[in-house]
Amino acid sequence: MSPASGIVELGGVAKKFGDGPPVLADFSLTARPGEFLSLIGPSGCGKSTLLRLIAGLTDVSAGELRVDGRTPEQAAAELAFVFQEPTLLPWLDVAGNVEVPLRLRGATRATRAAARDGALRLVGLAGREAAYPRQLSGGQKMRVSLARALVLAPKILLLDEPFGALDEMTRERLQEELLAIRAQQGWTAFFVTHSVAEAVFLSDRIFVMSPQPGRISAEIAVPLPQPRTAETRLSRAYQDLIVAVTRRLRSAEPATAA
Amino acid sequence: MTTMAKIRKNLPPVLMFLLAGAVLLVTWIAVHHRLPEHLIFLLPTPGAVWAAAGKEAAVLARATFNTMEGALLGFGLAIAFGSLAALVLSLSPLVRAGLMPYLMLLQLTPIPVLAPLLVLWAGAGLPSVALITFLICFFPLLVNTTQGLVSTDRQLVELFRMWRAGRWQELWRLRVPAALPYFFTGLRIAAILAPIGAVIGDFSAGTSAGDGGGLGFRAYYYSTQAKYPELYAVVAITGGLGFVSMGTVMLLSRLALGRWHDAYARNDS
Ligand SMILES: Nc1ncnc2c1ncn2[C@@H]1O[C@H](COP(=O)(O)OP(=O)(O)O)[C@@H](O)[C@H]1O
Ligand SMILES: [Mg+2]
Repeated sequence: MSPASGIVELGGVAKKFGDGPPVLADFSLTARPGEFLSLIGPSGCGKSTLLRLIAGLTDVSAGELRVDGRTPEQAAAELAFVFQEPTLLPWLDVAGNVEVPLRLRGATRATRAAARDGALRLVGLAGREAAYPRQLSGGQKMRVSLARALVLAPKILLLDEPFGALDEMTRERLQEELLAIRAQQGWTAFFVTHSVAEAVFLSDRIFVMSPQPGRISAEIAVPLPQPRTAETRLSRAYQDLIVAVTRRLRSAEPATAA
Repeated sequence: MTTMAKIRKNLPPVLMFLLAGAVLLVTWIAVHHRLPEHLIFLLPTPGAVWAAAGKEAAVLARATFNTMEGALLGFGLAIAFGSLAALVLSLSPLVRAGLMPYLMLLQLTPIPVLAPLLVLWAGAGLPSVALITFLICFFPLLVNTTQGLVSTDRQLVELFRMWRAGRWQELWRLRVPAALPYFFTGLRIAAILAPIGAVIGDFSAGTSAGDGGGLGFRAYYYSTQAKYPELYAVVAITGGLGFVSMGTVMLLSRLALGRWHDAYARNDS
């Protein structure tokens, strides 16, 4: 690992597609191991693109990007991605879906079963192994999607608005469970969200982004104590942080916006 | 669901089906009795058709068997080559652009134009009938399966890339299963077309040599002999084959996809 000892390091990263306008410009950020980082900003400011760069799904146009001290391609085994849609394989049951990444690696049956059981227990879906995605609720599908990401024991979890399509109650429960799982596993998270409250509840640091080209317009530390629970949402500090981040987000948006 | 509830749910459709059939029969007979004497051959009574079918039972059974043979053979060929061609076409847009026009040519050439050529190449009877059925069934299978293979969810493809899946793994574990519903849509269309294709094929390339041809040849023969009740019997058998063929494929799709695909799933699962 490089001396700066960030698990993910972006230095002056720029990204553009073809000869389009720059989507990201001079983007620098260092994630310490185990940190929970949120990215929040108006639609189209490059949040998904940033995650896709870290995931190695697309290449930087300029600048330096290191993941676990290596290129994203070399670090692929340490990365897991969770999309807003559960993106499950509808023809496989829950067990089959969670095992897919292991199967592709040629893991033995016993290894797969052990890892799958562990991941399903973490997301509270033990006992639903034989259910098919069409039989699950939106929240349950997202749990399967999370289990599938965790089954590889990743060092870095990339989550692109994973709870954005869920109802408020399910969403808050999953936030709490996600933090509980992190306390056990200690991965580093990049979490994209449109919800200020969600970002504050989950994060150690929040990056507010502004568009055209996408860059960091504010960085806000969230000193709320761990473990965070439903009680945390009632605290004064939590409420104040929501107000502060909302203000920063407003000033990041174009002045003409309604 | 209780047995009673099941009956209550299924009874109305069955009653409707029987009622429609009865209305059709009554209309048929009524029209028959109102036709002027010299036109009555146009619409023989159901009884006359039944009697003619009974008289010709052995010949018709043989012809039905021959037609089914051609239909199944052609259908099987279409499944094999349609899927294979779809796999090739799914490789890249460039491959599709290059090959699709030639494959369409097959579909755009009318069968009566091709039939004499096929007879020359493959010989009359079963080989030509199977080939014509193949030509008719091939295209819907090809188009639907190709569509399925290239419509895989983009994010799933990206996940597979992140998991370092090889090209084959991506194909067999992702693209092929994701294409199954499309494949079965093509299969359903092909299943309807297969008996029709075999009858048309037999009509244009059949032969009475050997075991007396299939249903198409029978239809041709009866029309030249003015045996209209027998002709109606052929129509009824052909229709029946279509129903059986489609029913079988629907059953297969439900077996293959019922557990995971909403459109094929039973409501209560
Ligand atoms: N593959 C791509 N090709 C061209 N433009 C893209 C591509 N992906 C994203 N973009 C553009 O990059 C910008 C940022 O997109 P995205 O990262 O999805 O924003 P966000 O996730 O913040 O809403 C948008 O203007 C989008 O049109
Ligand atoms: Mg996005």
